[in-house]
Amino acid sequence: MLESFYVWPLLESIHVLAIALFVGTAIMMDLRLVGCAFRRVPASAFTGRLLPWTRAGFVVSLVTGLLVFYSNPLRYYHNVFFRIKVLALILAGLNVWLFHSRIHRRVSQWDLDPVPPRAARVAGMVSIFAWALVVVTGRMIAYNWFDCDLQPQPGFVNWAAGCVVEVGGG
Amino acid sequence: MLLPFFEWCESTVIASTIQNSLWLFPVIEAVHLLGLCLLGGSILLVDLRLMGVGLTRQTISELNTQVRPWLIGAVTVMIVTGVSLFLSEAIKCYYNQAFWVKITTLPLALSFTFLVRDRVARADSKVAYINAATGVTSVVLWFIVAAAGRWIGYS
Repeated sequence: MLESFYVWPLLESIHVLAIALFVGTAIMMDLRLVGCAFRRVPASAFTGRLLPWTRAGFVVSLVTGLLVFYSNPLRYYHNVFFRIKVLALILAGLNVWLFHSRIHRRVSQWDLDPVPPRAARVAGMVSIFAWALVVVTGRMIAYNWFDCDLQPQPGFVNWAAGCVVEVGGG
Repeated sequence: MLLPFFEWCESTVIASTIQNSLWLFPVIEAVHLLGLCLLGGSILLVDLRLMGVGLTRQTISELNTQVRPWLIGAVTVMIVTGVSLFLSEAIKCYYNQAFWVKITTLPLALSFTFLVRDRVARADSKVAYINAATGVTSVVLWFIVAAAGRWIGYS
């Protein structure tokens, strides 16, 4: 199915548009957490009323992303940018978990603070950084600069991409 | 008729600098995508509110005012990176249907956002269907711009 002419571009377009919804609304919440914007809006308004939209966007981009991945798993597995993206996703996920399990538990204490406490600000900044890295590396997966079949490459590139290169070959 | 203009675009210094670089186009493209996320967030925040969902405890005008600098910032990033990308492949764009869809919808989306939607949001009207219609129109227009933009790369 994924080989068909329109399905792949369609999946990827939905992926990108869902990211605009998901990362877009997440950034709005992060800006509030950092204290850069919406200082008069309670932080809990974002985590309560906007977060469902963020989650919906995330689910759509996750499903379409997995489908795109399964169209050519080996190619993605050995793509340096894909690997960085997965690491960035793990960082972003850990940050979400830390924020909701710890910092947000005490949201009532700082809900109306124009500039939230340091822990919330850090979580907001880590979130912006991690999701931006996910978006940039995700876009870069399309480029085959560091692919295993393009040799010679520096040793650390082959290590990072998990390429098995024949020693003294060629 | 417009082809000579597109050819001129591709002969500019910006165009040739991007064409002669391996990484410049991808990097500008990545920044364009980051701008899309910021644009998506700042547009949707108000559109959702206009439709009566999302941050409903705040007034529409309050959200509109507070998000405005970010919206303008996002639009600026999008236009600067978008024009650069366009210049580097202007002739390809000339023959690209998705490009023409995007470039005709974009001025509509921009003028609707800054001339119509902005006024509706400032007015804080209690007429739900006017607000909702404004929000839906905005989402639809920007959706077409974004989807056609992504599609330029496929055709």
